[in-house]
Amino acid sequence: MNVTVAPDMKGTTGVLSRGRKLVVIGNGMAGCRAVEEILSRDGTRFDVTIFGAEPRVNYNRIMLSPVLAGEKTFEEIVINGQDWYDDNHIQLVSGDPVVGIDRQQKHVITRSGRIENYDTLLIATGSDPFIIPVPGKDLDGVVTFRDLDDVDKMLTAAEKGGSAVVIGGGLLGLEAAHGLSLRGMDVTVVHLMPTLMERQLDEAAGYLLKAELEKRGQTILTSANTKEIVGKDGKVSAVLLEDGTVIPAEIVVMAAGIRPATGLAKEAGLDVERGILVDDHMVTSDPDILAVGECVQHRGLCYGLVAPLWDMCRSLADYATDTPSGYGGSVTSTKLKVSGIDLFSAGDFTSGEDCEDIVMRDASRGIYKRVVVKDSKIVGAVLYGDTADGNWYFDLLKKEEDISDIREALIFGQAFASGGALLDPNAAVAALSDDAEICGCNGVSKGQVVSCINNGAHSLDAVRSTCKASASCGSCTGLVESLLAVTLGEDAVETGPKTMCKCTSFTHDDVRALILEKNLKAIPQVMQELHWSTPDGCSSCRPALNYYLLCAWPGEYIDDQKSRFVNERLHANIQKDGTYSVVPRMWGGITSPKELRAIADAAEKYQARLVKVTGGQRIDLFGIKKEDLPGIWADLNAAGMVSGHAYGKSLRTVKTCVGSEWCRFGTQDSTGLGVQIERMTWGSWMPHKFKIAVSGCPRNCAEATIKDFGVVCVDSGYELHVGGNGGIHVRATDLLCKVETEQEAMEHCAAFIQLYREDARYLERTAPWIERKGLDWLKEALFSDPNTVKELARRFRYSQRFSQDDPWAQRAGGDRADLHSHLAEVRPLQIISEVA
Amino acid sequence: MPVGKWLDVGTVDQIEPGTARTLPVEGREELAVFRTMRGEVFTIVNKCPHKQGPLSQGIVHGNVVACPLHNWNISLETGRALGDDDGCVPTIPTKVEGGRIFLLREAVLNPQVADAADEAPKAAA
Repeated sequence: MNVTVAPDMKGTTGVLSRGRKLVVIGNGMAGCRAVEEILSRDGTRFDVTIFGAEPRVNYNRIMLSPVLAGEKTFEEIVINGQDWYDDNHIQLVSGDPVVGIDRQQKHVITRSGRIENYDTLLIATGSDPFIIPVPGKDLDGVVTFRDLDDVDKMLTAAEKGGSAVVIGGGLLGLEAAHGLSLRGMDVTVVHLMPTLMERQLDEAAGYLLKAELEKRGQTILTSANTKEIVGKDGKVSAVLLEDGTVIPAEIVVMAAGIRPATGLAKEAGLDVERGILVDDHMVTSDPDILAVGECVQHRGLCYGLVAPLWDMCRSLADYATDTPSGYGGSVTSTKLKVSGIDLFSAGDFTSGEDCEDIVMRDASRGIYKRVVVKDSKIVGAVLYGDTADGNWYFDLLKKEEDISDIREALIFGQAFASGGALLDPNAAVAALSDDAEICGCNGVSKGQVVSCINNGAHSLDAVRSTCKASASCGSCTGLVESLLAVTLGEDAVETGPKTMCKCTSFTHDDVRALILEKNLKAIPQVMQELHWSTPDGCSSCRPALNYYLLCAWPGEYIDDQKSRFVNERLHANIQKDGTYSVVPRMWGGITSPKELRAIADAAEKYQARLVKVTGGQRIDLFGIKKEDLPGIWADLNAAGMVSGHAYGKSLRTVKTCVGSEWCRFGTQDSTGLGVQIERMTWGSWMPHKFKIAVSGCPRNCAEATIKDFGVVCVDSGYELHVGGNGGIHVRATDLLCKVETEQEAMEHCAAFIQLYREDARYLERTAPWIERKGLDWLKEALFSDPNTVKELARRFRYSQRFSQDDPWAQRAGGDRADLHSHLAEVRPLQIISEVA
Repeated sequence: MPVGKWLDVGTVDQIEPGTARTLPVEGREELAVFRTMRGEVFTIVNKCPHKQGPLSQGIVHGNVVACPLHNWNISLETGRALGDDDGCVPTIPTKVEGGRIFLLREAVLNPQVADAADEAPKAAA
């Protein structure tokens, strides 16, 4: 420390000792940047030796992706060539990694046995790729994506063509996949989480990214868990997933994440948690040892991006040159380096209670923007498709600027928010010229919208149905609303039918129509294309969308269990004490001694606290615990019984009377028909619960005239009744028609159900649906074309092919065991495991 | 991050994003460990402040769960009922390290509602 050297030593040679000895472990971006920062402050203070594991000079690791993609060469990504080391008298020892640190002797030792003394040691070992612990991980052909050697291995594999599997759909994995795909390989990305880049993106942006990558020919598998890497003659041949899928592969890239490389530090006895612990000056628990980069843990955080390295290196250099400043942690932003895909993410965008989301979606241009605001400050941003304002948002975020003045216009970007644009949206719309385009989808100008308003369209819905403005993607809804307010005055605007929920400006009917029209097949896709204002919906719209998609795309749409109410997820009815009730199906209300014995046994075995006969002619077992459900179902299944769907927005029961077989008044076999109808309709998902009854004569013992669909048998055939309800508002059925045969009764039942499934709003029973639409409408819809009944019935039967799978049997067989078991149990006296 | 002993209760991937799993504590309140669609993990007492509904079975949207019994929306971060409803369920400090979930032992054994001093004033209804 006391050795003073002449200030300008640059270019001189032959000086053995210029000052204190600084040894750097790691010739990567952090180590070299730290040295650069120190040299720029004081070029003479240290004698520097850098040890690098790789046999080459310092290069820009984050540019490996463009090298893999063929967009850059290695030479182009070199940061410091040999001349930098020479000019600064830095001794570079490459290809001979340090294997030990002796803190007593203050020296490091390399693999070849070389010993180097230090006064100050800087650890910049970076991170290691995380290798998922599956069988086959050590096979030839399994590579990571960390250094140039990895890139070379991938390029060699790509020359031969064939298939590649990339494990990990994060930043690194997607860049590797992009590179291999450009090099001509068939690439499959296997990602454990449901959303790509879930640490940086929300579900909506992840969906857009997935769709774009798929369009480019990559196969993207999300929620996919790798079980094994399969080899042949010691070489990779395929990847086997947990669900049994086998993906052939000549090369497997592990890009499942990184871990701070802390081995050396740990062995040397430094304090290490996830990373090497450092203070604000990058000093470890040993005051002579500093650490920087991806290997450190600062204030509880480890970073895997490049920007924090620069901040850390500045603080480190300030400290090492006796002008300590202190590093306060970094806010990070990410851009995906895949050409043609614009994606930006920064800060925290997990919506909190006191956070506010501002979301803008423009489906026609594939744009999704979301800015998260807390206490009038931006705390996070996700941009997809248009990232021009990314840096502006990031700047506002880092500076913690108060954005309340530009709040309204914030989402439209910097040009709009700070360019002196009119902030009152109504005034802005009023200022537009008459030929300004309002609705891009349908080419409607302001003048046309205004004249349509003046001609009597006094609500958003009326405007949509007359001139079509905002009727397609809905992104101009706000403009149309402003025009209504400007033209009629705020108070004169009529509010139309209620929107589906606060997440959207569309009604249930709009959403259903648009799902079909735009071929929307997944919840995140609906939310994106229809401009949802929340990132992942709410407890009102999620179940509704799940049903609409299920109804629209039978056999194709995969039911989203997490968008289902608890009863439909657990296939039992939740009770007010948190236990469940279980109702096995009794076809047409018919049971047998064997079934009753099995029910009695199950009731005792699982300690049902109440056994009750329901109004739907079956038996309800109350007080069953969540974790006992698969067990009780297995027992009931064993006696031949299946789920009664007493819990679902679905077909509940078909109630029957005994009919002509036993009853002296009976006119037809009502029980037989009831059983047939129940066999046809069970398991179907509906907008709401649906009850059927078949009475054998007009005395109507099965109460068919307060059911959603009721059959009353008469001598000459079958009267079909619809829209009855015995609930809060009792409503007797309307007579729909009379048919002559059982076959026709069945066909009409299927057609009526399908029409209800396709037309009614989610959570609308048949009674209010028919009151809303009118009986005439219903008859017209069913009977005006002689083929309609047949066609609707066909669609119903087709959809039933995919829904008549007993959910109890699936669960009893072990499916989704996680839904029924505890995560763990805590017993205070014998704690599972403890960490300090 | 609060100081104290942490209990390891399992791995993150045991919970599907957008759902929760239960964690009974002998002699104490049962807990619900949530993993949001975004992958964040939160723990709260598995009991709605309204009518004690099992929050673990609700629909999760954002960092909020809707109680399965009467659709009260409860913040997973603060345990507070949102909107016009009033009530609070205890939250348990939770951290994820190396893919494992850790809960603050003291809070598991003695769950407390979040400090009232932190409470943001509710907008007048």
